[in-house]
Amino acid sequence: MNTYKRRKIASKLMCAAAFLCAFLTLVPLISIFGYVFAKGIASINPDFFTNLPRPVGEPGGGMSNAIVGTLILIGLSCLWAIPLGIIGGIFLSEFGNNKLGTTVRFTADVLNGVPSIVIGIFAYTLFVLPMKSFSAISGAFALGMIMIPTIMRTTEEMLRMVPRTLREAALALGISQFRTTVSIVLRTALPGILTGILLAIARIAGETAPLLFTAFGNRFWHQSLTQPIAALPLQIFVYAISPFDDWRRQAWAGAFVLIVIIFLISFISRFVIGLHYKSPSSR
Amino acid sequence: MKIKFVDQAFKRATTVMALSVVALVVLLVFSMACRSMPAIRKFGWHFLFTGTWDPVKEVFGALPFIFGTVVSSALALLIAVPVSLGIAVYLAELAPSYIKQPLSFLIELLAAIPSVVYGLWGIFALAPFLRGSIQPFLSKYFGFLPIFQGEFYGVGMLTAGIILSIMIIPTISSISREVFLAVPFSQREAALALGATRWEAIRLAVLGYARPGVMGAVILGLGRALGETMAVTMVIGNRPEISASLFAPSYTMASVIANEFTEATGNLYLSALVEIGLILFFVTLVVNIIARALVWKVSGKVKGEIRE
Repeated sequence: MNTYKRRKIASKLMCAAAFLCAFLTLVPLISIFGYVFAKGIASINPDFFTNLPRPVGEPGGGMSNAIVGTLILIGLSCLWAIPLGIIGGIFLSEFGNNKLGTTVRFTADVLNGVPSIVIGIFAYTLFVLPMKSFSAISGAFALGMIMIPTIMRTTEEMLRMVPRTLREAALALGISQFRTTVSIVLRTALPGILTGILLAIARIAGETAPLLFTAFGNRFWHQSLTQPIAALPLQIFVYAISPFDDWRRQAWAGAFVLIVIIFLISFISRFVIGLHYKSPSSR
Repeated sequence: MKIKFVDQAFKRATTVMALSVVALVVLLVFSMACRSMPAIRKFGWHFLFTGTWDPVKEVFGALPFIFGTVVSSALALLIAVPVSLGIAVYLAELAPSYIKQPLSFLIELLAAIPSVVYGLWGIFALAPFLRGSIQPFLSKYFGFLPIFQGEFYGVGMLTAGIILSIMIIPTISSISREVFLAVPFSQREAALALGATRWEAIRLAVLGYARPGVMGAVILGLGRALGETMAVTMVIGNRPEISASLFAPSYTMASVIANEFTEATGNLYLSALVEIGLILFFVTLVVNIIARALVWKVSGKVKGEIRE
């Protein structure tokens, strides 16, 4: 009876400990969101979205160039990473059941695990050194490298989920495999692929490390895509480690805007998933 | 005939695109190896074992950074592993279904916060809190240990370890939870039928069965901690010294690259930094391969890929 009681108590204690772990983790989460929202909203104003950064000592100013810069960088990286990722995913699901496919899959997983700062070094040696200038292009290259594995593997998974019978029906009608894949399989899997792309964008929107020595940041509007460009995460970093109160306040405002952007993208992707599951996949 | 030609071309084109991704990764390794050649030639293996980092005299040794990366990641695991396992056990085995969904959503939110925001919070919220309450407490009651001695700056190894642990908890807990859910129900039922208490059933049937997968999850978290840059750079203090105290400022491999890369004048300096990047690449590569092998061992052919 005694041992039984002890075992019962031990069981209760361990279960309580597990419960505690789960709810303890919410403490930093709440603290982070509390700080970002409280300090962010307190220091945000219309100027923040329309003005350029001001020099130290001059109050006011904003991050308009950084917000636009981040959007440009995201757009540029999508421009090359989405086609490459989707076509790579098509290869993996349609022709990838062999050694070559395994190699590509393995490489994508390796790329997914590479620290983003290392990808920054790569973009630096590939673009910044030969061009002798930090540039938006090199930043977009680095961000795209980070997007590719996510897009590639989600595309593969989504294409694999399309029923075999759908492909067979199309092929039996004499449609080429190219048309079958593009017009039927890819179309059916589109919402899933879109979700993967949005998740990849949400991931790179907040990336700072690979931009440090590629996009570099800029206190003014960028002149061209071969020039340094401002980015929201970079600006937050620079302002956060600065000794000036006004800049620090703006860092919080920037963090607030960045988090809102990222969550907006995540929510849209959830919405897309929701649509996908409501509509029956057999059209 | 025409269809056959189109299909052939289609297959070729997709193959070429997929191979170009492989080519990019090969090029990444190759170009970094080339760039780091001057430093590798000059210092050889000494690079890994000497602690002098003197850009003026062009003497470079990566030991303080390797030390900082290893200790901060180990500290992160020390905190994150028990907590994540608790979360995973609670979410997979104990939680009522109306708590499961929202709670796992909230914990996964932690993974969506950008690293620079973690850093910002670390500088202005976590570091002052540690300096004000946790560090005095530790030094008062555990000050006889060398790891809890010295001045409190707020920023330093301890702060970096705590921030890293918060960042890797979602990774470890969500993969562990999936591994737990992959354990067959008959295992739990067998343990319960033999008279095990709830916890004993979890420990014997679930944790025992899932051990390789949990190891995999932990190592995947380690991979993330090793390469994490911004948050650590902002709170670790950035001083290339090896100190026994966790309160002391330190430096990691990723943060030295982040801080010094743009100001690296001279070929040798740049090449030493690239070499640190190359080491970081290979370490995370090995760590990720081990982790994936372990996770696959348990979940077998899990539907979909397990990702952060």
